[in-house]
Amino acid sequence: MRWLVNFILLALVVVAIGLWVTRPKTDDADLLAGLTADEAHGEEVFIASGCASCHMVEGATDEAKLVLAGGQSFPSQFGTFRAPNISTDAEAGIGDWEAIDLWNALHHGTSPDGSHYYPVLPYSAYIHLEPQDVVDLHAYMMTLPADATPSEPHDVPFPFSIRASLGGWKLLFLDDDWVMQGELSPELTRGRELVEAMGHCAECHTPRNLLGGHKTGAEWMSGAPNPAGRGTFPDLVTLDWSAGEIEEYLNSGFTPEFDSAGGHMALVVENFAQLTAEDRAAVAAYVKALPIQ
Amino acid sequence: MTMMKPLALGLATAALVAGAAIAESHAETPPAVGARKAQMQLYAFNLGTLGAMVQGNMDYDADAATAAAGNIVKLSTLAAGPMWAPGTGADAVEASRALPAIWENMDDVISKAMALNEAAMAMETAAAEGLEPLQAAMKDLGAACGACHKEYREPE
Repeated sequence: MRWLVNFILLALVVVAIGLWVTRPKTDDADLLAGLTADEAHGEEVFIASGCASCHMVEGATDEAKLVLAGGQSFPSQFGTFRAPNISTDAEAGIGDWEAIDLWNALHHGTSPDGSHYYPVLPYSAYIHLEPQDVVDLHAYMMTLPADATPSEPHDVPFPFSIRASLGGWKLLFLDDDWVMQGELSPELTRGRELVEAMGHCAECHTPRNLLGGHKTGAEWMSGAPNPAGRGTFPDLVTLDWSAGEIEEYLNSGFTPEFDSAGGHMALVVENFAQLTAEDRAAVAAYVKALPIQ
Repeated sequence: MTMMKPLALGLATAALVAGAAIAESHAETPPAVGARKAQMQLYAFNLGTLGAMVQGNMDYDADAATAAAGNIVKLSTLAAGPMWAPGTGADAVEASRALPAIWENMDDVISKAMALNEAAMAMETAAAEGLEPLQAAMKDLGAACGACHKEYREPE
């Protein structure tokens, strides 16, 4: 009997250490102290980060895209996720959030009540945002309309329904190092910020391992199956478009054959079309600099 | 009984013919789908001229740009009804990616088609004015094309 008691005690200690190591992390509000919010820059961050594309009501266009009531479904091999309400409604949305709450969500994947978010919120990309970006984004988002529609629960079966396990996922895959390393030109540095951080392009264009972590190195941005079950997300490494053709695609949605962007990519194009020509050129430069060595 | 026999035979033959016709409609692409694709190809060909100028692969030429834009305007005014006959969507025709939602939201489809016509006319005006107006019009024209492709076309 004694060995069993010892074993159970040991197991409990191991679990406790594991939970402690993988606990949801947060930063104190001090981190953002002294930063002055710039709403106009916050709007740029909002557009480049594609917040509305997932958090708007399905099929919304123009002004209605700024009502972030949530509800769109995102099927995956782990279950179906539903975008929550992130409008300024204090009950249903995030109207009562301070900038630090947004920082902790985007940088650490941690909610204000201290639990792990699923990485369907692409914090493995947003972890690269600067504190100033998040302060500005928060100020801009607080100017958007409130909507009282309650968030719908995710439909994620056991064992993925245990959010504590996400601490392990973060330990394995959440990394604030950039994927593209080395001496980069100012244009490539901006391209990397738009692609790896705000645009979170890897979420669709990079294949994942069995645990849902992104593959890196030569496989970074090399295309992936669509978890919704229809077709694949294109391989950007072997894409034979010129930089000019990529820029045109991100502006008008026209491919070099003058077909136009469809599906979720059409929403991405709507966002990139609102950025500057220099920003679209920076994204094209990043794509042309692939593969990762 | 002698009267019943030819009738039964006739019915059976009719059923066979009907069955074959239904099978054929699944196997072969209806002309309407081919016509739609031909129209899209004509759009793409004329956009190619404008796109080459926008991307700096061809010198800006007001006459060539206006001619291409004029073709796009004409294409956007074709009477579309017969080309979009019910039963020629992706649910019935292998070669089609047109979602059934098109026929459920015809009012919306028509308003998007009218927006495309407006964007094409704006392009025709811009194409005669100069390269910068042409580049700006290209974005709006692309967005007008994309509005339908985003909502009503099956992803590849």
